[in-house]
Amino acid sequence: MYRAMVGVGVACGLLIVTVFQGTLPIIQRNKAEALQKAIFRVLPKATTSAAFGFDPTRGFVSDPGDSLGMRRVYAGYDDTGALVGVALEAQGMGYQDVIGIIYGYSFEEHAIIGMEVLESKETPGLGDKIETDPDFVANFNRLDVSLADDGTGLAHPIVAVARGTKTEPWQVDSITGATISSEAIAAILNGSAQTWVPRIEGHLDDLKRGNDNR
Amino acid sequence: MTTRTASDEFLKGLWKENPVFVQVLGMCPVLAVSNTAMNALAMGLATAFVLVMSNAVVSSLRHFIPKQVRIATYILVIATFVTVVDYAIQAISLELYRALGAFISLIVVNCLILGRAEAFASKNTVGRSVMDGLGMGVGFVFALLFLGGVREILGMGSLFGVRLFPDSFQEWVVMILPSGGFFSLAGWLVLFNWLEKRKADKAERARVSGLRGEVA
Repeated sequence: MYRAMVGVGVACGLLIVTVFQGTLPIIQRNKAEALQKAIFRVLPKATTSAAFGFDPTRGFVSDPGDSLGMRRVYAGYDDTGALVGVALEAQGMGYQDVIGIIYGYSFEEHAIIGMEVLESKETPGLGDKIETDPDFVANFNRLDVSLADDGTGLAHPIVAVARGTKTEPWQVDSITGATISSEAIAAILNGSAQTWVPRIEGHLDDLKRGNDNR
Repeated sequence: MTTRTASDEFLKGLWKENPVFVQVLGMCPVLAVSNTAMNALAMGLATAFVLVMSNAVVSSLRHFIPKQVRIATYILVIATFVTVVDYAIQAISLELYRALGAFISLIVVNCLILGRAEAFASKNTVGRSVMDGLGMGVGFVFALLFLGGVREILGMGSLFGVRLFPDSFQEWVVMILPSGGFFSLAGWLVLFNWLEKRKADKAERARVSGLRGEVA
């Protein structure tokens, strides 16, 4: 009995590993392409982008590579090479599994100007509306993330409110029937923006300079 | 059983024992991802592949797997092929992968696949099991396409993303929502049962008139 189960298990394991190794480069290339497209969608004015890593002592450093284990941000530039915004990836727990998103931050507007879900397993028909519901997506055309006076965090945390009760530019209008998924998106954005917006605002010159180095 | 040829094993899945319209198996993905014809086709093909492969493996191991652990072993085999399909779809198209979402992994617990493994593949030769898997798989693809086609045409006014109607066409949004899945499934089930009943009635009438003829 054990022989049969172990035998089948080992054979299945080998097959999975083979397929995983075989498809990994293709999947990574697909993901990189999808990421590039997503950067330009959340930063509509950008035509080129460059990856940066963040180091607390040195600020933003150009193209950190994978080895340093730094979180990457993607600065977007327009045709003249001027910085138009920064695209950031963020993850957090949704209703079913981790939701991965990318959002665009505009330093001119002090606002999030675009958000796109990269990875989610939210309930089809309910939670997955975070990607498709036009009213919900419209929240992120301009979501206020102004810095607090002391510059260490946001002036107002991003919060999700019940549908139709949004009154302030930093509130996210939820989806009826998908409260947890809506709140998850707001929490992910809040967590990421609280950390990154102060860093970006504090080291804006690194990012503006970035494009000349390339 | 032994009088059936391999092509019978294939053909029964298409119509007489169609997994969706007659056996009503695997309803979760059937209702959930048949909202467009493309999703339906991809889901159907993924399921058909897993079905054929798991039938082949289960059938070739049928003398080797002890009875007490057979279900666990079948699940292991099925899960392996589902993982393979999962990576393959990610490599082919990330967009498709995102559209199908969690339902790819859920093929593991599709009762159609485990049902065929337990009811057919564990008792028949590899050749017959592959034919059975192919027939059931193609039947499943057809059923999903029928559903997905109807839902996409009525719900979005298009088929495989190609617009069929002028812009004045008012889409029936309900058809791409979950309830639309139930509506279209009900429609197809009515059609299948009606055809089946008409055939049975005809056979009954023929038998009765035959009896009358004898009496006369």
